Amino acid sequence: MVSRRDFIRISALGAGAIAVGAGAFKVVKALSSPEEVKKLVVDLRRTPTYCEVCFWKCAGWVYKTSEGKIWKIIGNDDDQHCNGRFCPRGTGGVGMYYDEDRLKTPLIRVEERGKQVFREATWDEALDLIAGKMKKLSADYGPETMALFTHGSGSTYFTTLLKAFGTANIAEPSYAQCRGPRDEAFMATFGEEAYSPEITDIRDTKCLVLIGSHIGENMHNGQVQEMSDAIDKGATIITVDPRFSTAAGKSKFWLPIKPSTDIALLLAWIHEIIYNEYYDRKYVEKYCMGFDQLKAYVSEFTPEWAYAITTIKPDLIRKTAKEMADASPAVIVHPGRHVTWYGDDTQRIRAVAILNALLGSWGRRGGFYRPSKFALPASAIPAFKAPAKSWQDLFPGKYPLASSPVSNALIDASVPENNPAYPIKGWFVNGTNLIFTIPNQANTLKAIQNLELLVVVDTMPMEITGWADVVLPECTYLERYDTLRAAPHRKPAIALRMPATEPLYDTKSDYTIARDLSKKLNLADYFPFEKQEEMLDAQLKKAGSSLEEMQRIGVKTFEREADDLYFSDNEDVEFSTDSGKIELFSAYFEGAGFDPIPKYTPHEEPTEGYYRLIYGRAPMHTFSRTANNPNLTDLMDENTVWINPMVAKEWGLKPDQYIWLKNQNDIISDFPIKVRVTERIRWDSVYMVHGFGHAEKKLKRCFGRGVSDTQLITNVLVDPIMGGTGMRSNFVTFVTEKTEEEAAL
Amino acid sequence: MRYAMAVDTRKCVGCSDCVVACQTENKVPIGFCRDWVVEVMDGTYPQLEMEIRSERCNHCENAPCVRCCPTGASHFVEGGIVMVEHSQCIGCGACIASCPYDARYPHPDGYVDKCTFCEHRIKNGLTPACTAVCPTKCLYFGDLDDPNSDVSVVLKKRKYKTLIPEAGTSPQLYFLI
Ligand code: SF4
Ligand code: SF4
Ligand code: SF4
Repeated sequence: MVSRRDFIRISALGAGAIAVGAGAFKVVKALSSPEEVKKLVVDLRRTPTYCEVCFWKCAGWVYKTSEGKIWKIIGNDDDQHCNGRFCPRGTGGVGMYYDEDRLKTPLIRVEERGKQVFREATWDEALDLIAGKMKKLSADYGPETMALFTHGSGSTYFTTLLKAFGTANIAEPSYAQCRGPRDEAFMATFGEEAYSPEITDIRDTKCLVLIGSHIGENMHNGQVQEMSDAIDKGATIITVDPRFSTAAGKSKFWLPIKPSTDIALLLAWIHEIIYNEYYDRKYVEKYCMGFDQLKAYVSEFTPEWAYAITTIKPDLIRKTAKEMADASPAVIVHPGRHVTWYGDDTQRIRAVAILNALLGSWGRRGGFYRPSKFALPASAIPAFKAPAKSWQDLFPGKYPLASSPVSNALIDASVPENNPAYPIKGWFVNGTNLIFTIPNQANTLKAIQNLELLVVVDTMPMEITGWADVVLPECTYLERYDTLRAAPHRKPAIALRMPATEPLYDTKSDYTIARDLSKKLNLADYFPFEKQEEMLDAQLKKAGSSLEEMQRIGVKTFEREADDLYFSDNEDVEFSTDSGKIELFSAYFEGAGFDPIPKYTPHEEPTEGYYRLIYGRAPMHTFSRTANNPNLTDLMDENTVWINPMVAKEWGLKPDQYIWLKNQNDIISDFPIKVRVTERIRWDSVYMVHGFGHAEKKLKRCFGRGVSDTQLITNVLVDPIMGGTGMRSNFVTFVTEKTEEEAAL
Repeated sequence: MRYAMAVDTRKCVGCSDCVVACQTENKVPIGFCRDWVVEVMDGTYPQLEMEIRSERCNHCENAPCVRCCPTGASHFVEGGIVMVEHSQCIGCGACIASCPYDARYPHPDGYVDKCTFCEHRIKNGLTPACTAVCPTKCLYFGDLDDPNSDVSVVLKKRKYKTLIPEAGTSPQLYFLI
């Protein structure tokens, strides 16, 4: 069977390469003194934090050297999110602090000799300018004309600020560009979302089904750890992916599905589970509604039917359905996280939810547990005035079931030609690089051209900062307090982030920025504490702890109020759906004009010479935000395009050759990308890691390295249910040399 | 005492956390590493197999790097750990050439450096930085002479291999398969 062999050092930083040429090895500098070596010896001064490199928010300790310099970050043993072990990005979080390309001072766009440039400004000047413009915009168009795009810990303060200002146009791209369809699908089915961290009970599962989820490449820490525990305990992993992902390499069954056909596979599994009576009859009878309609609906969706669509053999569909049934209820058909693929994503995840319901895994050990979250006492601030106009009013009737503002709708509303009901003229952007986050860059840029104010708060000169009127440099999470972390988990818990060191350069924490701006907007009542630590202490004392205690322990975990992690036998459960039951058939969807049971619809396929562009994560990077981190670029400093050997042969492409990619709309990548010829990808697709191909020169380490998938995603399939942007219907071809015309584009 | 490490290739996801944790713990300069990750693929789509493993110095019992070192900078310490005394290293690179595993690198400060099994940590009862951080808990460290150590226990339970055994170095890094 062994016919090909790729041998790749994923992170061979030099050691291997240099060793080969050992003869050329030179003594570069004098030997280091024993004193210098001694600096490695531990100085146990440590401060608690929780990680901000991704949304998993692992709690840990920042250690400093004896000279007081930030040295390393280590997980907190008492933290459920990480169990004492950070992921590579969290461990490399020190690089965020040391990155010399950080934003260092406020910047204001000015015109100098006919050219727009940034000039350095004081905080006072910058905030005055913002407050003045915001007041003017409010007078001209109403406060709803301001929109906030936000991600991460800063969201709390800027949301408070903008709500107090009078707008509800506050969007997190993590909704419509990522997990929104999943949350709506689970809400419609179970009356509850899948949460973050996900409430998947992976450590005790007997069967984990991953549909495009690449756990292990996405380093969502707790779930990577638990998948490993499950492997130790002999759990079956079933992976559905057109790419041989790392998880596929650990799976008993890998289903190399034809991309975009997942719903057909899910319907066939549902068919198998119903018609072989594999489903959890007691559970379905007690908790679910709509079973008969579902049964009738899937009667034709046999494995043979699905085979013709998915290219997955009927036998494999049957075997895997049986495997799930055997493990039931300790089985997880994983809801995924980044699920905005084909525009029918809410329906696809509905099928996932239905499958889980049939297997009885929701609320059961080894399936989905019931989360518990610590209820933080809120600090007393005035109530927000209800805004005169909501985000739904921008485009009446669109995305009727979206429960959060849709970022792309706000962007569309910033383009006057789209005739929004009222204009969006000001953006406040925090912690999200919209140029890399939102597909169809031309549209985003058009929206930006129509703005009267664009404020960007970030730690790094991300592409979006280049379009700002005012850039505000926030300090990194290692240099500030933040709100307490109180996320849903098996047990309620809180975690503290405190500064390990003073902010470098002229940077400020998000809290300070929002508080100072609130004063200039006459909204200071919404930030009653001058210092965030005073607020935290007051809050912690109400919660039966104190800032002093949290500084010592970092994480405090409480017992659950009741022993109800899972449903007890015969427990009467009231689900938060319209019917109070798990809805296999959704009258809610039907009422809004959508299919009450998911339907398979064929999607566009690549034409001759084009390949479907699939993107994903690498374990050492988070979106585009870590691309310049010195520690993490050291592990991976560019992305590659994965091409099947047959395709490479056909095109005469060699491993490590650099090529450009061109999409169906003739968009050519700004930069070339290295070819990785590998059996791990289907012949009809190519794959790359998201977040590379930065075009901002100030990001010195990552400028021009690799290709940005977002640049090539111009065909966006918007989910009519909730506005999610399906991004997997783009097709690329290979360009080995740019013509002069193309280079000029 | 005989220190050794086992790497569970069935669990390792190749995340390189072991690499970055080692770099920060041991202040390895950016651009170099003491441990690294290897991915080996076999087969043709869709009949594929993949092995991922984290590699480092094997702390060989019969270590060519120690034998060839002209100054004695490369030496054994308690538990069979192969160490480099930086102050005695003249940076000649003989050890780099002699190591069949490419485990050593030339430190920009002029000496040769490599994995120490985090000797400074294990002295204090801790595990090596890579082992402590690994999110999949696929690294097992301990004393082979102690039947209850993590590494002894897992080697008793599982099948394993070593790398390039034919080099005759008697490596002490075991790969669970
Ligand atoms: S998973 Fe990694 S990046 Fe995310 S919060 Fe945890 S340590 Fe940080
Ligand atoms: S940290 Fe663990 S899982 Fe990650 S590459 Fe290293 S050994 Fe493998
Ligand atoms: S792996 Fe290389 S450096 Fe380590 S002991 Fe063996 S020969 Fe020496």
